[in-house]
Amino acid sequence: MKKKENETENITPWIVKTGYFTFCEPPEFMTLINGRKLGPVTLAYETYGTLNETKSNAILILHALSGSAHAAGYHSANDKNPGWWDSYIGPGKAFDTDKYFIICSNVIGGCSGSTGPASLNPETGEPYALTFPMVTVADMVNAQKRLIDHLGIKKLLSVAGGSMGGMQALQWTISYPDMVESCIAIATSASLSAQGIALNEVGRQAIFNDPRWNNGNYSGSSFPKAGLSLARMIGHITYLSEQHMHEKFGRKFQDSTNPKGDMNPEFMVESYLKHQGVKFVERFDANSYIYITRAIDHFDLRADYGGSLTAAFENVSANYLVISFTTDWLYPSSNSKEIVRALRVNGKNINYTDIDTDNGHDAFLLPNELMEKNIRNFLRSELRKSGI
Amino acid sequence: MEEFGIGYDLVISEIPEGVRVLDLGCGDGTLLTLLQEKKGVRGFGVEISEEGVSLCVEKGIYCYQADIDEGLSDYRDNSFDYVILNQTIQNTKRPDYVIREVLRIGKKAIISFPNFGYYRTRAFLMFRGTMPVNDLLPYQWYDSPNIHLLTIKDMTEMTSEFSFKILSEKHFSVTRGGKSKVINHIPNLLAQYGLFVIESIDN
Repeated sequence: MKKKENETENITPWIVKTGYFTFCEPPEFMTLINGRKLGPVTLAYETYGTLNETKSNAILILHALSGSAHAAGYHSANDKNPGWWDSYIGPGKAFDTDKYFIICSNVIGGCSGSTGPASLNPETGEPYALTFPMVTVADMVNAQKRLIDHLGIKKLLSVAGGSMGGMQALQWTISYPDMVESCIAIATSASLSAQGIALNEVGRQAIFNDPRWNNGNYSGSSFPKAGLSLARMIGHITYLSEQHMHEKFGRKFQDSTNPKGDMNPEFMVESYLKHQGVKFVERFDANSYIYITRAIDHFDLRADYGGSLTAAFENVSANYLVISFTTDWLYPSSNSKEIVRALRVNGKNINYTDIDTDNGHDAFLLPNELMEKNIRNFLRSELRKSGI
Repeated sequence: MEEFGIGYDLVISEIPEGVRVLDLGCGDGTLLTLLQEKKGVRGFGVEISEEGVSLCVEKGIYCYQADIDEGLSDYRDNSFDYVILNQTIQNTKRPDYVIREVLRIGKKAIISFPNFGYYRTRAFLMFRGTMPVNDLLPYQWYDSPNIHLLTIKDMTEMTSEFSFKILSEKHFSVTRGGKSKVINHIPNLLAQYGLFVIESIDN
């Protein structure tokens, strides 16, 4: 797979564009799960490939906490980084754009072109900040459903995502069982563990404790850079496995000429985390980070169905591909196995594999031959079987 | 391991059209593919290896990665018309648990295994005095996945302890062409493999 990437680097980069879809303009509004009203609502989205005549080849890609609609390709010829799932989406790749019409939508509550706490509240002309209503994963899905309707697609061949994207994918199959033929849920869970909630909370506290956060009211260049970057550093620790961190950084110093007697000898792993933090504050909004991590914490399919995960999946009609990674401790394999268990008890069609890797939770974003092959083969047989 | 598909032809002939089938230890999904093609079954597989699951996905067979020693208790009673244990039972850590669960979750079960009572296997042990290594059991004792070996007679003596009845027996040997030849005469001595169709007495 790596070879292919290098090959594409030598040719003209694949330029993609973000689109925007706005709905629920006044006097209409979107009613959220908690009863609060939101409108107008904009969703940023990108599409790759071509929708066929029967509109039967559409796949919706769902992103994780810090993702965006930009899943593949480049925004310009000078763009340094491709979309977040470029290893898997493109001509000849697992989500083959020669065969499928791929849609990736940003989430509401986000900050990459969709309506979120950084958007202007039309009633006040000021950013919503903390007056933005709390959103849930189900709200994210309800907003995406409007986008899919808008695109004229009656049934999706598949919904797919990792981590929070996997939560959305599962929610899609439960909220709109007749609209999804299949579901690819990777490194995800029917509810986040207490450990996961704890780490999200430490990240939020880092933001809250930054004086520049100012109860969510910040603007321009004065924003909680330190808090958000610390939250991101904590996040990155949870995405890596102990083994991966050891292999990637070990105890190496960033600058080997720096003597050990120095007050601040910087280990490579420290430098990596700082770099991730600094990069993140350039593109992400601190309030969005709070809202989205909260949505992840609150996601609980078992609680939604009276404490029974089996009941949650009773009426789904999708066929599933569930993938977990052996060293993922944020969304451990046991979480995926619970989903698998609930689905098979209900007699649903399911493929599940626990992929052996050192890459931890991050594995779903990294090139992986087995994951690539399973997605490709699953989609091929779902397309063949689909009655769309 | 299953390139010639031990007993596939017999298993297929035992399964009626259009039933729900669970294949425990389904390997690369070949048997389920054949059952779907020839009998239009609704098939599901369980496989312990990542590689096996991937090959199933490639064939469009629904299969999940699990250890059958652990993951059967969640299924509801009689979830499947047939549960297949084809050359798998001797690999499990707890065959007693697996057989009880199979009888509970399947209306009927097909169990096929290498017959340790086969005369050449007996002779190997008798005359060489070491654990048999042959076409049926192609491993040394220390690297063999076959950790619970049994004979056809063992199976027939389990009926009351495990509360099942035998619906049919198709013990067989594999011919050079890979076909199964049913052995009706003293099968515990002359058949390479045992094949039982059983159901719980409680059904």
